[in-house]
Amino acid sequence: MIWLTILGMTAATYLPRLLPFLIGSRVRLPEGIRRWLELFPFAVLGALIIPGILNATPEHRWLGAAAGLAAVGLSLITRNVTLVVIAAIAITFALQRLV
Amino acid sequence: MAGAEIRRGLRAGLPIALGYLPVAVTYGLLSRQAGLSPLEATGMSLLVYAGASQFMAVQMLSAGSPALQIILATFILNFRHFLMSASLSQKLACGPPRPTLLAYWVTDETFVAGGLGLADPSFTSLSFLAMGLMAYLAWAGGSLAGALFGALIPASLAEAMGVGLYAMFIALLVPSARGNWRGALVAAASALASFGLWRALPSLAEGWRIVAATLASAALGLLLPRRQERQP
Repeated sequence: MIWLTILGMTAATYLPRLLPFLIGSRVRLPEGIRRWLELFPFAVLGALIIPGILNATPEHRWLGAAAGLAAVGLSLITRNVTLVVIAAIAITFALQRLV
Repeated sequence: MAGAEIRRGLRAGLPIALGYLPVAVTYGLLSRQAGLSPLEATGMSLLVYAGASQFMAVQMLSAGSPALQIILATFILNFRHFLMSASLSQKLACGPPRPTLLAYWVTDETFVAGGLGLADPSFTSLSFLAMGLMAYLAWAGGSLAGALFGALIPASLAEAMGVGLYAMFIALLVPSARGNWRGALVAAASALASFGLWRALPSLAEGWRIVAATLASAALGLLLPRRQERQP
């Protein structure tokens, strides 16, 4: 029964990912739609970061917010994503000792 | 050069893999607590490959929800990937790997890294495939490790590591937004919309919240005047 649920979930996640690729590789979309689609990565990022980072540390939301601000500051200096990720984890871990 | 394209993808995949590991370990641990075997927990990661939906499914399974309800909730939560695939397919589809193969690697994280990486011509559909495979292996491997040894990890470290995923989103957004004022405004508008929806309608599924904020703020971006964008 669990495997049946898993297979059903597989279809529910894979089909929405697959269909646009099947259609998109055949159809050339109008310029306006393409410009709209090009803005999606920025829009998705905004919606993922907030409120997600506040909920990552549900007991002390400011912890997530502080680590996020530190990540913004670091990202202004370096383009090394891995470094920013590790630094944010270390900062959160250190701040946890203070609460 | 195929080698360079793959290396470019692996470089983009490293921070994603790093961000996935702690989340996957947490998932593995929770799935054991909900009564799944390590094989079932890892199998779900390998087949379903959708973080938020897997957490939800584990929760619903332990609450005894019917399979159809879990599958429907999964669809709702993941429908946002329809939009992301639509956006990616416009640029990636021309490469050699077949679309059926490319589509499997679309997640929030690979979409963003791929979508922004595509501004750079050295990032091809082959790079996307390499990046996706790396992220996938981290997700599946982390799930297995969590199912087997998750109980050994202190809770505070797991929480700190959970922040890593969002730090990755920020590290992807900030440099891209600096050279693209319209993108920066769209991201800010979307964050504001998402926050407002979260406060106003706490019961709204996360997937719908992201869909609504994305569609609206990207449309808002179209209204902004077109100007020659500064070259990075």
